[in-house]
Amino acid sequence: MKLKFFLIVFFLNLSINLNSSELVEESKIHKNLRCLVCQGQSIADSNSEFALTLKMVVKDLIDQGKTDDEIYSFLSDKYGDWILYKPKLSPGNFLLWGLPYLVLIIGGVIIVFLIRKSSKKA
Amino acid sequence: MQKVIRSIIVLLFIFVLLVFYNSLNRETNYSTDYLVGNKLTKINLKSFNDNKIYTSEDLKNNDYTLINFWASWCAPCRVEHPFLMRLSKEKKLKILGVNFKDKKINALKFLNNLGNPYNDLAKDTTGKQSVNFGIYGIPESILINNETIVLKKFVGPLNEQDLDDIKKIINSL
Repeated sequence: MKLKFFLIVFFLNLSINLNSSELVEESKIHKNLRCLVCQGQSIADSNSEFALTLKMVVKDLIDQGKTDDEIYSFLSDKYGDWILYKPKLSPGNFLLWGLPYLVLIIGGVIIVFLIRKSSKKA
Repeated sequence: MQKVIRSIIVLLFIFVLLVFYNSLNRETNYSTDYLVGNKLTKINLKSFNDNKIYTSEDLKNNDYTLINFWASWCAPCRVEHPFLMRLSKEKKLKILGVNFKDKKINALKFLNNLGNPYNDLAKDTTGKQSVNFGIYGIPESILINNETIVLKKFVGPLNEQDLDDIKKIINSL
């Protein structure tokens, strides 16, 4: 009896966990997709017709077993990189991705230089 | 070293200014113009009247096809309808209407009242098929050739200028 009860609880818990991880995945994708007919909103934040349609398409693609990247790639083929809040690294946007690191390195060099200079003076 | 740092800071400042300048002068309206030249694949549209499915093979039989997304509840679709009626007289052009998220009875009433410019009529009741065409609102129209390559895309209601552009393209050969 105890074993039966344990197994029921175990499988219930497993199914809840599986469902919630699917939901998390879906909402993660929604947050990275721009609502093209809204002002600065992702489809996760919008209830526009376009956002609702895109949510249905994303759900279908997940059900078909597509990965995040495949879904993003499909939608950017149809609507361009503009639909992605976090576009993939490409020759057109390498500066966008690389500049923060470059600034970080340059900033670090400047700070090291200033620290060395002030310690020499002291 | 101090000179190098100063130069880097000045260069960074100039770079940031250039980025701002470029961003302020850029077209900010979303456009799907880049779809021109792309081949439409995986077309799978249900017929409005029966169980037929329209695929890219069906569109390859026409010299040119204008795929028009419309609905009876869409006011700008009424505005463009007279232009579609005029285009329906063009011999080299077939018009495939895609009735978008609409009720059949209302769509039929719309066509009975304003005329039916469509050679073929399909439906997309959920709007999901339209995503394959890069549609994000209606009315939108896509002019394709017999290889299903996008020649021009029209966002919003067709107007006199669009009509001329379409006629020019289809009569260019």
